[in-house]
Amino acid sequence: MRRRLALLMLALCALFAAPVLAEDSLPPAPYAYRQLDDPSQEAKAKALMDTLRCLVCQGQSISDSDAQMAGDMRNVVRMRIAAGEDPEAIRQWLIERYGDYVSYEPRVTGLTWPLFAAPLVMLALAFLLLRKRFTGKDAA
Amino acid sequence: MSDTAAKAPRWAIWLPLALFAGFFVLVMFGLLRPASHDVQSAMIGKPLPPFNLAPASADRPGLARTDFAGKPRLMNVFASWCVPCAAETPVLAELAKRGVEIDGIAIRDRPQDLALFLARNGNPYARIGADNVREVQLAIGSSGVPESFVIDGKGTIRYQHIGEIRPDQIDMILGKLAEAAK
Repeated sequence: MRRRLALLMLALCALFAAPVLAEDSLPPAPYAYRQLDDPSQEAKAKALMDTLRCLVCQGQSISDSDAQMAGDMRNVVRMRIAAGEDPEAIRQWLIERYGDYVSYEPRVTGLTWPLFAAPLVMLALAFLLLRKRFTGKDAA
Repeated sequence: MSDTAAKAPRWAIWLPLALFAGFFVLVMFGLLRPASHDVQSAMIGKPLPPFNLAPASADRPGLARTDFAGKPRLMNVFASWCVPCAAETPVLAELAKRGVEIDGIAIRDRPQDLALFLARNGNPYARIGADNVREVQLAIGSSGVPESFVIDGKGTIRYQHIGEIRPDQIDMILGKLAEAAK
């Protein structure tokens, strides 16, 4: 009985233990959780934030993530949109700093062109291989 | 039907297998290669963007773009709330002892927390700027703490070190600084 109680206490301790992973104690950046006043600007910011990668929690977009870093990135995006900057220019600004990895929007580059060319190549290959079969069917 | 199919070139029969083998190699390559979650800055070789950060601690000046002139400096992006940063401090102290000028960028730090951190771990920094909304960190393509950048005398980013500098990497960092001095 005492052992069971000890186990229960241990489990409770584990439940309430503070995570070792540190986060800072400053309040979030001004525009991390605050929308822009102009709805059309906020819509532009939201559309861009949905396609930018959170660099800490790498599977998420910065609009999905609660990491402080994502909050700071939303702050940058919203401030720049509010200042009248074009969303694609902001994306480009981030790509210049973090590489294509930061953007979820695929681009055709020296590295990625095979992804775009592959479907065309496969279609052409299929056409070449099956061409005779189709004409054969017509003849028969 | 069967004789029209026979007209397809002979080698074509191996095509699906070859494709499968190709995909198999690709998948195995992806599985066996250790995944890296580091995001390299794309700013290596480019000049530091202009910035001017307020002092983060009472006894050190703040940090501005214009401070990077003359000899190469090590710019350390850190925070008092970051555990590996505390582990890195003896190494930074050793680098400072060997004549490296180290500037700090304190990420999202309260002055009292930073003062405690420096009192506990020592202060190898010549200047410490307070980056409370990560404006400079984002502008130089840094994605975490700690990270260290070798900045040459013209203010160009020459090298990025992701994670804490370990004792066995001191010589490597000194080498990068010497390279930046050329």
